[in-house]
Amino acid sequence: MKRKHRRLMVVLTSLGLLGAAAALVLTAVEDSLVFFYTPSDLAERSSPPDTQFRLGGLVEEGSIRQDGATTYFRVTDLNRAVPASYTGVLPDLFREGQGVVADGSLTADGTFVANEVLAKHDENYMPKEVADALRANGQWKDGSPAQ
Amino acid sequence: MIAEVGQFVLVLALALAVVQATLPLIGAARGDAALMTLADRTAIGQAAALLIAFAALTYAFVVSDFSLEVVYLNSHSLKPMLYKVSGVWGNHEGSMLLWVLVLALFSAAVVLFGRNLPPTLKARVLAVQAMVGVCFLAFVIFTSNPFARLSPAPLDGNGLNPLLQDPGLAFHPPLLYLGYVGFSMAFSFAVAALIEGRVDAAWGRWVRPWTLAAWTFLTAGIALGSWWAYYELGWGGWWFWDPVENASFIPWLFGTALLHSAIVVEKRDALKSWTILLAIITFSMSLLGTFLVRSGVLTSVHAFAVDPERGVFILGILALATGGALTLFAVRAPGMKGGGLFAPVSREGSLLANNMLLTVAAGTVLLGTLYPLILEALSGGASKVSVGPPFFNATFGPIMVPLVILMALGPLLAWKRGNLRTVAPKLIPAAIAAAAAILATFALVPDGPVLAPFAMGLAAWLAGGALAEWAGRIKLFTIPLADSWRRLAGMPRSASGMTLAHLGLGIMIVGITGSSAWRAELITTLEPGESAQGAGYTVTLREVTRGQGPNYNYERGILVISDEGRAVTTLSTERRFFPIASQTTTEAGIHTTWISDLYGVIGERGRSPETANAWTIRFFVNPFVPWIWLGALVMVFGGSLSLTDRRHRVGAPRRGRSPAPHPAPAAAE
Repeated sequence: MKRKHRRLMVVLTSLGLLGAAAALVLTAVEDSLVFFYTPSDLAERSSPPDTQFRLGGLVEEGSIRQDGATTYFRVTDLNRAVPASYTGVLPDLFREGQGVVADGSLTADGTFVANEVLAKHDENYMPKEVADALRANGQWKDGSPAQ
Repeated sequence: MIAEVGQFVLVLALALAVVQATLPLIGAARGDAALMTLADRTAIGQAAALLIAFAALTYAFVVSDFSLEVVYLNSHSLKPMLYKVSGVWGNHEGSMLLWVLVLALFSAAVVLFGRNLPPTLKARVLAVQAMVGVCFLAFVIFTSNPFARLSPAPLDGNGLNPLLQDPGLAFHPPLLYLGYVGFSMAFSFAVAALIEGRVDAAWGRWVRPWTLAAWTFLTAGIALGSWWAYYELGWGGWWFWDPVENASFIPWLFGTALLHSAIVVEKRDALKSWTILLAIITFSMSLLGTFLVRSGVLTSVHAFAVDPERGVFILGILALATGGALTLFAVRAPGMKGGGLFAPVSREGSLLANNMLLTVAAGTVLLGTLYPLILEALSGGASKVSVGPPFFNATFGPIMVPLVILMALGPLLAWKRGNLRTVAPKLIPAAIAAAAAILATFALVPDGPVLAPFAMGLAAWLAGGALAEWAGRIKLFTIPLADSWRRLAGMPRSASGMTLAHLGLGIMIVGITGSSAWRAELITTLEPGESAQGAGYTVTLREVTRGQGPNYNYERGILVISDEGRAVTTLSTERRFFPIASQTTTEAGIHTTWISDLYGVIGERGRSPETANAWTIRFFVNPFVPWIWLGALVMVFGGSLSLTDRRHRVGAPRRGRSPAPHPAPAAAE
C-alpha cells in the first residue's frame, strides 16, 4: 500500500468516525440539553416548558413541609416563587433560605416535581446560576442575598 | 517566621525557573555545555525550594497558625491531624502550590533519571518545563499567595469543608495532580523535539515511561475520587458526568491515546507528528481542567474553591502554552519525515484506530462539558443550559463499543501487516466467553435492560481476549507448564502490564454495567423499630443513636437488612453535623458481597410534629459496583508493573550520539 493510499484511508476513516460522532452528538443534544430557569423566567414564559429543566433559586423561608419521604417546598428568586416537591433524601445543605438547583419538570397544576436536587455548596457559596439570577433582579448585594 | 521563609523560597523558585526557561535554550542552540547543565542545577534547586515552601505551609496548618489567611479560612484547631495536613491542598492556594511542586518534582526527576538523555534534548525539556513553571509560579505568587498574612490573627479558623474531611479525599488531589501535571513531561518532550526538529524511535522510548507514570497516577486519582463520591455523597452513584469530573477524565482519554501512539513511534518510527500533537493536546487538556476547576466558571457539585478573576490568568497561561506549542508544531511538523508504512490491518493500524476512537470520545466529552459555557457566552448570559448524563451516555457509550471490540484484537495483530485469518483462531476463547456471558446474563436477569447482557458480553470478550493474548505469549497449555513459567519470567513486564490494564477495563465494564442496569432503590421514612420492603430486601431501622466525633455531632442509624426473614447484614450510616462549618455530611453504610453492594443512607429527620421521630431512609442494591474500583486497581497495577520494565527505564538503552539516523532497536524485525 502506498503512502498516499494509506493517508487517504486514514483521512476517510477519521471523517467517517467524526461524522458518526457528530450524528450521535446532535441526536443526544436534542434530548438532553437542560435549560435553567428561575421562577421569574417561568412566569414570563407564555407557555410552561414541557420538558425537563433546571429550576434555581432560594428555598423560601417557612415553606418546607414533609409527607413521608416526599418534601414540599417553594423555590423563590425573592420576586416570584414556584411550588416544588421532591421524593427522596435531600442533600445535606438543603435548608430554608439556602440556594437550590433542582432538575425536574412541571406538572399540570404548576408544581415542579424534582427528580434531583443539587445543593452541594458550602455556606458561603451560592450556585452560580442562582447568584447571577438574583443579581440580575437586584436581590443580590455584597455577596449575599438581600433579605 | 516560617511563613516568610515559605514566601521567600517561592520567589526564589520563580527566579530559578526564569533562568531555567531561558539560558539552557541558548546553551542548547550554541552547544554551550555549561549553560545546558545549568538546567540540572536550577531544576533541583527549584524542586528543593518548593519542597521547603510546601513544608512551611504544611507546618502552618499543623500548628494552626491562623495569622495565615489560608489556614484561617480552611483549618480549625479542633480538626483531626490528618485533615489539618490534607487541608494544605484542600483549598485553592495550597492546591496550586502543590501543582507547581509536582511540576518541579517532575523536572527534578528528569535530572535524576535522565542521565542518558542527549544533553541538548534534556536542556530543552527542562527549559520548557520551566516555562510552564514560570507561568504557574507567577500565578501562585501574584494571585493566590498561600503565605498572605492576616493582622490581627484570628483566634480560630473556619474549618475545612466537611465533605473534604475524609481519608479518600485526603489523597485524591495529590494523585490527580501527579497525573495531570505529569502530562507536562510529554508536553515538554514534544516541544523540545519540535525545537530540535527531530523525532525518532528513541524519543518515543523516552516519552513513554513519563506518560505511563502520569497515566497511572491519573487513573488512581480519578478512581479514588469516584470511590469517594460513591460513599461520601450518599447518592448511591459513582460518576455524575460532572464538569469537574470531566475535567480530569478528558486528559485521561487523550493521555491513554498518547500512551498508545507513543508505542508506534518507539517500535515503528511512525505516527510521529500525530504523537507530538497528541502530547500537546493532552497537557492542554490538563491546563483546561485546571482552568475549569479553579476558575468557577462551571456550576458543579465539586466547585469548592472558586474565583473568576483567577480564571482569566489560567486562561492566559492556557492560550500561551497551547498557542505557542501549536504554532511551533505548525512550523516544524511538515518538515518531519514520515515513518514506516503499515497496512490497515496491523498492530499500527489497530493502535491508530484506538487513537481515533479515544480522541473522538474525548472530543464529545469536551463538547458536552464546554457547551453550556459557549452557549452562555454567545447569548450574552441569557441562555443557560446544562448538559446532563444522558448526553454523555448517548455519545460516549457507543464510541467505546468498537474500541473495546478492537482492544481484544489489536494486541494479537502483527506489526506492519497483520492477518485476520491467523488471528481469528486465537480469539475463539474470547468469543466463547462473550457468548457465554451474554446467554448467562439473559438467563439470570431476563427482565433487565436489553443492552446489559451485550455489555457483559463485551466485558467477557475483552477479558478473554486479553488473557488469551497473554496465554499465547507464554504458550500456556501447549508446552509443559514449567516451560510456560520460564517464558513468563522472560516476558517483558510491559507486556504483562498491558494485559492487566486491558483486563482491568474488562472488570470495570462489568461494574459499570451492573450498577447502571440493575440498580434497585428504596426510599422511605422509618421510625426506629419500623420496617419497609423494597429492592428485594426488608429494611429495618433498628435504632438511631446520637454521639460526638472529634469535630462533629452525629446521628447514627442502624439498618438491619434481611431477605425473607433471614438477616443479611447490619448497616451503620451516619449523618454528621459540623458546627464550625454549620454543615451536614452523610456517611453511607455499605456491605459488599463483591456481587453487589447493599448501600444504606440515613436522611433527615421529619420536620413536622407527627413525623418528628421518623427518618428518611434511602437503600440501594448496587450490583457489581466494587468491580469498578477493582478494575481501576488492576489497571493501576498494570501501569506500575509496566513502569518497572527494564526497557522503560528512562534513557535505556543508550542511544549515545551515534551518527545512525535510526537506532538499531527500531530497525529490528
